[in-house]
Amino acid sequence: MTEQTTFLLRHRAVPNIDQLDVYRANGGFEAFKKVVTSMQPADVLAVVKDSGLRGRGGAGFPTGVKWGFLPNNIWPHYVVANADESEPGTFKDREIMESNPFQFLEGLMIASYAVGANLSYVYLRGEFWQIARGLDEDIAALEAAGLLGDGLFSTQYSLRLRTHLGAGAYICGEETALLESLEGKLGQPRLRPPFPAVYGLFGKPTVINNVETLTNLPPILDKGAAWYKSLGTEKSPGVKIFSLSGCINRPGNYELPLGVTFRELIFEHGGGVPEGRSVKAFMSAGASSTIVMADDTALDTPMDYESTQGNLNAPLGSASVIILDDSVDMAWLVDKTVHFFRHESCGKCTPCREGTYWMGHLTHRITHGKARPEDIELLDTVAAQMQGKCLCALGEFSTMAVRSGIEKFRADFEANVRRAAHG
Amino acid sequence: MNALLSKYPEQVEQILARYPADQKRAAVMPLLYLAQAEDNYVTKQEIADIAEIVGISDTDVVSIIGFYTLYHDEPGGRYRIQVCTDLPCALRGADQFLKNLCENIGVRVGETTPDGLVTIESVMCLAGCHRAPMFQLQGDGDIAYHENMTVEKTLALIEELRRHVKTGEAAHD
Repeated sequence: MTEQTTFLLRHRAVPNIDQLDVYRANGGFEAFKKVVTSMQPADVLAVVKDSGLRGRGGAGFPTGVKWGFLPNNIWPHYVVANADESEPGTFKDREIMESNPFQFLEGLMIASYAVGANLSYVYLRGEFWQIARGLDEDIAALEAAGLLGDGLFSTQYSLRLRTHLGAGAYICGEETALLESLEGKLGQPRLRPPFPAVYGLFGKPTVINNVETLTNLPPILDKGAAWYKSLGTEKSPGVKIFSLSGCINRPGNYELPLGVTFRELIFEHGGGVPEGRSVKAFMSAGASSTIVMADDTALDTPMDYESTQGNLNAPLGSASVIILDDSVDMAWLVDKTVHFFRHESCGKCTPCREGTYWMGHLTHRITHGKARPEDIELLDTVAAQMQGKCLCALGEFSTMAVRSGIEKFRADFEANVRRAAHG
Repeated sequence: MNALLSKYPEQVEQILARYPADQKRAAVMPLLYLAQAEDNYVTKQEIADIAEIVGISDTDVVSIIGFYTLYHDEPGGRYRIQVCTDLPCALRGADQFLKNLCENIGVRVGETTPDGLVTIESVMCLAGCHRAPMFQLQGDGDIAYHENMTVEKTLALIEELRRHVKTGEAAHD
């Protein structure tokens, strides 16, 4: 069994690391000090590019490349930490911010230096009220310790951090909707281009990085790109936090090198399925994922960006793995995910607003014994019509469980419809 | 006279200081939280006050209240128990938990107890999937998570809230 690592969930190895003095006594802010006092921003960017770190929020885009898109003739630059963690099945950023907050903040500070930002924000979902209060205290402690403010380490560099709370809207995890929300508007995605790298927060060049992505930066700058690349796989280097939930004996966060198999996560780390049931299927990236039938090929697939997408036609995304045992009715599941997306659709673009609405009617009919046999095909058609037509990924995500569910588990849908015929 | 500003002059100033001076509008969300801190909803007067502070229309403020689920423009219970019934929680019995809880309290989802203490609601994923059944408690200007919950533990919590409110009122008298 692959041993769990503690590069990100470091509080599991070092008690009280959420205290600034303990974090510093264990090498905390040495990486930040090193970059500010001895490296040019371009050098930092080069190390991160070389490490192969990819965005941990879901898209898996190379972090260093993303930073490199910021133009050097428009100022100021901003960095925004995406702490809107709202994907059903994801609860990793929360653990980092609750228990290892300074490593996350140090990562945000390193990213800010690398792109020349003097003011950066942490955008948290509103439900993370207590976490935000904790971060506010941590930021005040950093200011008092001279690690944030003007002229850091006797250089010209100044940096301030601020938290901003959302107020309950999944869509604000989408980076342009997040920016709108941070500007005090409805959290609705922007039409792109222009991309946030050029026209972001307050119309200025902006980098938006996920909490887990940023938390990777202190160890990368400390130990080097070669060290990071020695973990994980060639194309998906490093470690990842897998949030394991659903029908599983030991749900929770597991920090593992990318490339560990689903089988190992589910059976060795997660302890398998309760009550002696078997795994019928799983979702690899929360409610936004296709439903994967848990055959041997799927279970033996390495959990990295390429293998998951390539072998299973499912994204690794934020690596929120939801386990479904043999008692789960996939029509019920699809009704749950559609209900979620219908509720969370921001209403800006018609295919998503209307599509999730009509899919919701159909899944409700199917699961409440009121469907006609042709409703299954109709549901699939509505989902197919939405694909490729929505303004942002949310609309696309809403069709994933629907189409894969009907394709792979049609019998579950038909059983619901038969119930209607006999009802 | 801006009542919100008069009531919380320091807090309003601190909130505005978090954003660039020419980007006051960004303060609208924290100001809404400030406005509903005391009684868990935003009044018409507070909407007008916020609009004036950040320089947008009342309608803009109302549209933000409508868009985000954590803002309320009408009074509900003094506390809101918001149970996550999304997929991962549902796989761990959240739907049954909510149903049993409602039966025990004698209200339906979305309703408030007759004494106005608690509104029971069903909400989307709260990032507590591994510790379901779980809910957040919104009230007194705070949002707190309660995880690995049972109906019994929740009823005890409600009793505690009831005592807390009574003691608070007694202290005011």
